Amino acid sequence: MPLLSLITYAPLIGVAAILILRVFGKAEDPKAIETAKWITLLTTLATLALSVLLVFQFNPSDNGFQFVEETPWFAGLYYRMGVDGISVLFVLLTAFLMPICIAASWKSIDRRVLEYMIAFLVLETLVIGVFCALDIILFYVFFEFGLVPMFLIIGIWGGQRRVYAAFKFFLYTLLGSVLMLAAILGMIGIAHTSSIPELMVFKFAPGIQTWLWLAFFASFAVKMPMWPVHTWLPDAHVEAPTAGSVILAGILLKLGGYGFMRFSLPMFPQASQMFTPLVFALSVIAVVYTSLVAFRQTDIKKLIAYSSVAHMGFVTMGIFSGNVTGEQGALFQMLSHGVISGALFLCVGVVYDRMHTREIAFYGGLVHRMPWYAATFMLFTMGNVGLPGTSGFLGEILTMTGTYGVSTWTAIIAATGVILSAVYALNLYRAVIFGNLTNDKLAAITDMDWREIAIFAPLIASTLWLGISPGSVFNLTQASVDHLVQVYQAAIGG
Amino acid sequence: MDAHLLVTVILFGPLIGATIAGLFGRRIGDTPSRAITTGFLLLSAVLSWVVFSQWTWGGLEPFTLTYAPFIQVGNFLSSWSFRLDGLSAVMLVVVTTVSSLVHVYSWGYMADDDSKPRFFAYLSLFTFAMLALISAADFMQLFFGWEGVGLASYLLIGFWYHKPTANAAAIKAFVVNRVGDFGFALGIMTVFWSLGSIQFAQIFPLVAAHANDAWAFAGQSFRLMDLACTLLFVGAMGKSAQFFLHTWLPDAMEGPTPVSALIHAATMVTAGVYMVCLLSPMFEYAPFAKHVVVVIGAITALFAATVGLVQNDIKRVIAYSTCSQLGYMFMAAGVGAYQASMFHLFTHAFFKALLFLGAGSVIHAMAHEQDMRRYGGLAKYLPVTFGVMTIGTIAITGLGIPGLEIGFAGFYSKDSIIHAAYASGVAGDPLGYFAFVMGVFVALLTAFYSWRLAFFTFNGHARWTSEDLEHHWHNRDHAHGDDHGHADAAHAETHSEPDHGGHQHLPHESPWSMRLPLIALSIGAIAAGFFFHEKFIGAEQIEFWKGAIFTGASNHVLAEHELPVLIEQAPLIAGVIGLLIAAYVYLLKEGLGARLAAQRGPLYVFFYNKWFFDELYQATFVRAAKFLGDLFWKGGDQKIIDGLGPDGVSAVSYQVGRGAGRIQSGYVYHYAFVMLLGVAAILSYALWAWNS
Repeated sequence: MPLLSLITYAPLIGVAAILILRVFGKAEDPKAIETAKWITLLTTLATLALSVLLVFQFNPSDNGFQFVEETPWFAGLYYRMGVDGISVLFVLLTAFLMPICIAASWKSIDRRVLEYMIAFLVLETLVIGVFCALDIILFYVFFEFGLVPMFLIIGIWGGQRRVYAAFKFFLYTLLGSVLMLAAILGMIGIAHTSSIPELMVFKFAPGIQTWLWLAFFASFAVKMPMWPVHTWLPDAHVEAPTAGSVILAGILLKLGGYGFMRFSLPMFPQASQMFTPLVFALSVIAVVYTSLVAFRQTDIKKLIAYSSVAHMGFVTMGIFSGNVTGEQGALFQMLSHGVISGALFLCVGVVYDRMHTREIAFYGGLVHRMPWYAATFMLFTMGNVGLPGTSGFLGEILTMTGTYGVSTWTAIIAATGVILSAVYALNLYRAVIFGNLTNDKLAAITDMDWREIAIFAPLIASTLWLGISPGSVFNLTQASVDHLVQVYQAAIGG
Repeated sequence: MDAHLLVTVILFGPLIGATIAGLFGRRIGDTPSRAITTGFLLLSAVLSWVVFSQWTWGGLEPFTLTYAPFIQVGNFLSSWSFRLDGLSAVMLVVVTTVSSLVHVYSWGYMADDDSKPRFFAYLSLFTFAMLALISAADFMQLFFGWEGVGLASYLLIGFWYHKPTANAAAIKAFVVNRVGDFGFALGIMTVFWSLGSIQFAQIFPLVAAHANDAWAFAGQSFRLMDLACTLLFVGAMGKSAQFFLHTWLPDAMEGPTPVSALIHAATMVTAGVYMVCLLSPMFEYAPFAKHVVVVIGAITALFAATVGLVQNDIKRVIAYSTCSQLGYMFMAAGVGAYQASMFHLFTHAFFKALLFLGAGSVIHAMAHEQDMRRYGGLAKYLPVTFGVMTIGTIAITGLGIPGLEIGFAGFYSKDSIIHAAYASGVAGDPLGYFAFVMGVFVALLTAFYSWRLAFFTFNGHARWTSEDLEHHWHNRDHAHGDDHGHADAAHAETHSEPDHGGHQHLPHESPWSMRLPLIALSIGAIAAGFFFHEKFIGAEQIEFWKGAIFTGASNHVLAEHELPVLIEQAPLIAGVIGLLIAAYVYLLKEGLGARLAAQRGPLYVFFYNKWFFDELYQATFVRAAKFLGDLFWKGGDQKIIDGLGPDGVSAVSYQVGRGAGRIQSGYVYHYAFVMLLGVAAILSYALWAWNS
């Protein structure tokens, strides 16, 4: 049995089961809802188990694609799947966050639960598909269709301004996608293949590269999101349900970075080098600008959303540094951000579920009633700030170090982000957790229950484990990253 | 026992204690939490002295013990390890001794706090991070410890989290340290890209050959080592509260007093000094950076001493004193007398921890009054505290007997710094004379503010009444009752007396758990200099340091010099003058100090307001950050980007939604459907175009 396809489509088995449930029962039947939840959780756990199996069977010393599947599809298209050291991590990250999202939605979603579960399962299939696809058309299909369930999750289960947020999300991403599609068609026309491994070794003329790079950039920059096409993200996060935010920050934001590493760098090296100053400039603007904006936010989720944009600035910077330190740092930063920002959104979810507001001013002094919550939130705040010992540190220091090798100015400006992140993150923590309990509505607020602790436990473990022993990740990615850097440096004559 | 095993137990013991007390403290209870953390610390301290004596007298050789890989990315290699050499051996005893004594002291001082397990867990966590810092064999573990102690400091400054001032101070400490780390990180990157490694053992041999390389940074060309060392020193300035980045340290006094003694006097704040000494193989090739170190150190020493002259809060005086003494240490390092710098670090740890804990004992006795204007005449009520504080004051002011060359700790270490500065001047560095003059003048100021503190507190007439104390207790209890959160640690700094509310309140000596550490530290403050000066800075220094400190070929500042008698005795003379002035103002003409202060002369106002640094930073950086944040958010994001982009486009369709009267999830399906159709249509076209 081809393992990658199995992992990719395993969630659809859960979808089928829920649909059967739906056909044979009433949608609002509490029993059916309970069953659907369990089906979804077990499906995502099974997918996680398969992904862990995948990582164990993965050969880290091989720098090529593994578990390759290739069969003719239809209309002259090929179905090609495979993973290398770069993508295998994202498969694992996706499979890791999904059960957490389902568990986090257990009580907070009270309408259209079956549809909600289906949306998440479909989303999982599509996102894993993006990371496994080795055919550019197949990639595009997964990439674009992945928008739809996310759009629905925000638009249906979101907050009050959900339609505005969903529409903004849709508008931005579609705009980029159209350009990318045109570029994909152009590439296929020139190279006469849609196979990603073949395209990676095909040498596009530098003049063409410029246009192709820009088209892909339009799509990936929106997904990252990079400044100035980032404004959809705070709205999307604010309106999305907690689990939607977790997936958005944890996985969907990684599609852009993954795209840069899979397409832009290897396929258009000359153009990548040419546009590196642009990317660096946008990255450091993102770091400084959004950090300052985050500092002034009054909504917890919006603050964390802006901090995500700042953290993604480190990723783009690291990717376009074109050296091993920068690339490893960027990959690590994406992985770490997936865990930490996901956890921070879950932290918001904990108090939102209790109080139904995300206003910072509403809270204060929670430590008096919720000591375990305060400790958890502290850990992830420190991860967000990039404290050594948490995973957040390594991505920042490595991307900055990598960038320093190319442009000291970029590294200097980015390093101010390390100061600013402390400013906004610690001020948020103080306002929500410390101080006295002055709001009477908070008097009876309860600490985390066992379900919530169970949700956070794997996130806490990964943040610390990755922060102390990051070798477990670097070993997986090393061969592929070395290869990527070698080929890139050879192409640009560096 | 094997030294590898010893250092491993020393390092991880406090971490185990912190974990147990931190995670299970509430379950296992206060006393087990305190006993476990204190027990591990005492064990670490005893073993540290074993290692230190093996190092000093037993012929133990330097080694690096590697536990596990940390980062392995290309040449960016770092391991979790324990590097034992002369520097880390000294720091081991400093850190574990002071920390274990502070643990013991806190049994008494924090006796009535509601969050004892948390407090002891933080203390032990701090100790672990500090040990990781001093034992690092590469920049990444150093940075791990560096920020780890920063975290512990943040948590402990804000320990009484219901106090807004404590929270603000905690954030300030973290953020200002981050400003230092900004330079520190860029320094590490410079070293990595120029020398190809972040491991000390790899870097140091390469320095000599590359020190003068031109290095492009921020569009300028620099001498490599000068640039790298200056950037790294910015990190040291943050951690060691040097001029420009000092503002967090006085505010850090919001934390409980044992924390001030351990973190903000004896150990963490000396990490910057330690780092410069550790990197002596680099600084010795960075003459410009060394000059920066001297100038910043000297200015800090002067600045902090002038502010310390006029403060009324007992803890703040000692905080500024710490800041000033750290300036001395940097002066020493900057003129190339790293050994003297480390020696002063060593002796300062004892007498400054002593002064802080002694101040804690006074505060404890005075119902948490910290204003010295409300002290006076306490010597007879607090004889032990009075005795040890006097010892600490003699030690810090560096009194000794000239000719016999016998004195308390500071006599040896501070004098050696001032002499080394002079020697550096003789050797042709004009900044050496500058450092010498500053060092002597600040010695006078040091003597004045230290004796002022002692006289103001213990001698003269009582400026308090037992009714005051009564009133204090009453207020505290009242506040306690009013509070929402009953778990508040805060008032918990209170101690409820058995005789509370009964008969007359008089200041009383602290319990034995607090007195014993004070006595132990006094022994250090008396003898540390006399006992160890031959090892640190004297004839035996080569055998003692065993290569941990590198001194350039032309650097002879610590060699035996024939100094003119006046130069030789200058620090002592300055110290005596300071003592005499303080005695005149606060003993003979009691009340003169208050009358002078009441005149509010311009210099007094300037010093009293700490040279207006907080106001300056508030008006520039803080305001700018808020202004820019609002500008980017409301102007940049909302008006420009959204206004021109999505809102402009979506306004139309959004209005359609409004026009229809209802915005509900039904529309979402429509959008999704259109989206699907669109994707499908584009794909179909793509396939068609490609196939034909």
